[in-house]
Amino acid sequence: MKKLTVIIGLVCSGLVVVAALVSLVWTPFDPRKVDGPARFAPPGWPHVLGTDAFGIDTASRLLVGAQTTLLVGVVAVALAAVIGVPLGVFVGMGHRIAGEVVARASDILFALPALLLAILLAAALGASVTTAAVAIGIATIPVFQRMARAATLTVMSQDYILAAQVSGIPGGVIAIRHVLPNITPVLGVQAAASFSMAILAEAGLSYLGLSAPQSTPTWGRMLHDANLYAAPIQAVIPGVAIAVAVLGFNLLGDGVRDYLDPRMKELR
Amino acid sequence: MSVLRVRDLTVSFGRRHLVAVDQVSLDIEPGQRLGLVGASGSGKTVLASTIIGLLPDNAHVDGSVTFDGQELTTLPDREFSAIRGKDLTMVFQEPMTALDPTMRVGRQAAELVALHSESSQGTTRQLVVDVFDRVGLDQASRIVDAYPHELSGGQRQRVIIAMALINRPSLVICDEPTTALDATVQAKVLRLLDEELASVDAACLFISHDLGLVASLCSDVAVIHAGRIVERGRTEQVFHHPSHPYTAGLVATASIDKVRPGERLPVIEDFFDPSTVDSAPPSESTNRPHRRIRRSR
Repeated sequence: MKKLTVIIGLVCSGLVVVAALVSLVWTPFDPRKVDGPARFAPPGWPHVLGTDAFGIDTASRLLVGAQTTLLVGVVAVALAAVIGVPLGVFVGMGHRIAGEVVARASDILFALPALLLAILLAAALGASVTTAAVAIGIATIPVFQRMARAATLTVMSQDYILAAQVSGIPGGVIAIRHVLPNITPVLGVQAAASFSMAILAEAGLSYLGLSAPQSTPTWGRMLHDANLYAAPIQAVIPGVAIAVAVLGFNLLGDGVRDYLDPRMKELR
Repeated sequence: MSVLRVRDLTVSFGRRHLVAVDQVSLDIEPGQRLGLVGASGSGKTVLASTIIGLLPDNAHVDGSVTFDGQELTTLPDREFSAIRGKDLTMVFQEPMTALDPTMRVGRQAAELVALHSESSQGTTRQLVVDVFDRVGLDQASRIVDAYPHELSGGQRQRVIIAMALINRPSLVICDEPTTALDATVQAKVLRLLDEELASVDAACLFISHDLGLVASLCSDVAVIHAGRIVERGRTEQVFHHPSHPYTAGLVATASIDKVRPGERLPVIEDFFDPSTVDSAPPSESTNRPHRRIRRSR
């Protein structure tokens, strides 16, 4: 059962990655080429998944959109983890006053929705995929900070940390060699979950026009452009793609945890 | 000169200054093994934490702890770190949790060596294998590459003892090192600890509530009750002719084999009324606090 979910996760997220890689070298049509006479073509030949209101080939857009999807996920999660994890570990290792400051700052950031942040950034820097990814990343920092802090607190109460302290190992070394490896499984799961959240959030921002400009093919933008009366299938296709990606990375998270935990190795 | 010298040590916690260790004084000579015996909550672990500098922030320490002539209670963290793990080490109670589950045990031991000396990686590995071999781990060269979860409880405790002794310390603090092990493994680990302490000529503060263990390992024993050392002396002397009623109670409860069938089991209160101690004012001489304690029956 456990294995099955991991396999489904691998297949779904694998599909997205493969689509992104394929689109780097080949797409059936130019994903930006407007072709008026071919608009609203139903799925068939030569347009396998049909065309949208501008006559752009949906299959090509879908493939290229996978790139954006992955890029947003990677940038957002990396940004959130790089800032949130060290903060959480630092706070969790018992700096009480710093801990309070970080916790309150976290609360404030947590109360600020990613959407608002994205509007802010888009207004200041102009709407683009990068602004959207950065906005989502910043909004995800508190999630990583809290997760890292909670996990660090658990680890810090273990005897092996006490043993390390008693052995004269400096705090920084303990953080890197003993705390980080022990909280990595938890963070891995969080990273995968946040990855899918980021994909979903970016789709939402694109749909609202706060992410990619018209010319950039993204799945959220495709949802936005779909004409529900003329060709409802054009809304279903990117929707399914988003669902597959979100499901895939979520399920993958469970597998990642097992892989990162040496205690689980012999159970596999 | 004593390895460890504790003078009038008082440790209290929190704003209300709840006293955990009260006016304790003790000495450990080089190579000497002192057993510290007491019930749960008597302050033995707090005493050990104070010596090794692991008290939480809300603890207040009065008095002095000197190790090799160096005052520890006021020593800055950085200098303390240079002593901990080298000259002053600790063996923990729980072999299941005292090793980092994500690190190979050999690397954990090597980390200690590398931290306190400047040896190359190759010689460090050989040293770790040698020490693992000496503590009776079969196939030591294989075990250094094992993760803690791949080892049994006894093997892990051997690893922990090896790690405590690898830098040839002058004092090892053992906090109930065998309570988590079953009786046969316990005996083996204890014998090993005995031999290895002797081979590196390390002194030992052995904390336990098991009088039998203390008797088999330690030449001297100190009995702690409610944060105070109530009795101290040679092990045979203290256990066979206890002068303090609390010690007499401890010894009696530990030798239930002397109780005949049908007879009531002895409890410490048969010998000693704790209420007389708790309400007593602080004494000037903690060496003979039993003067103020009356026998309840």
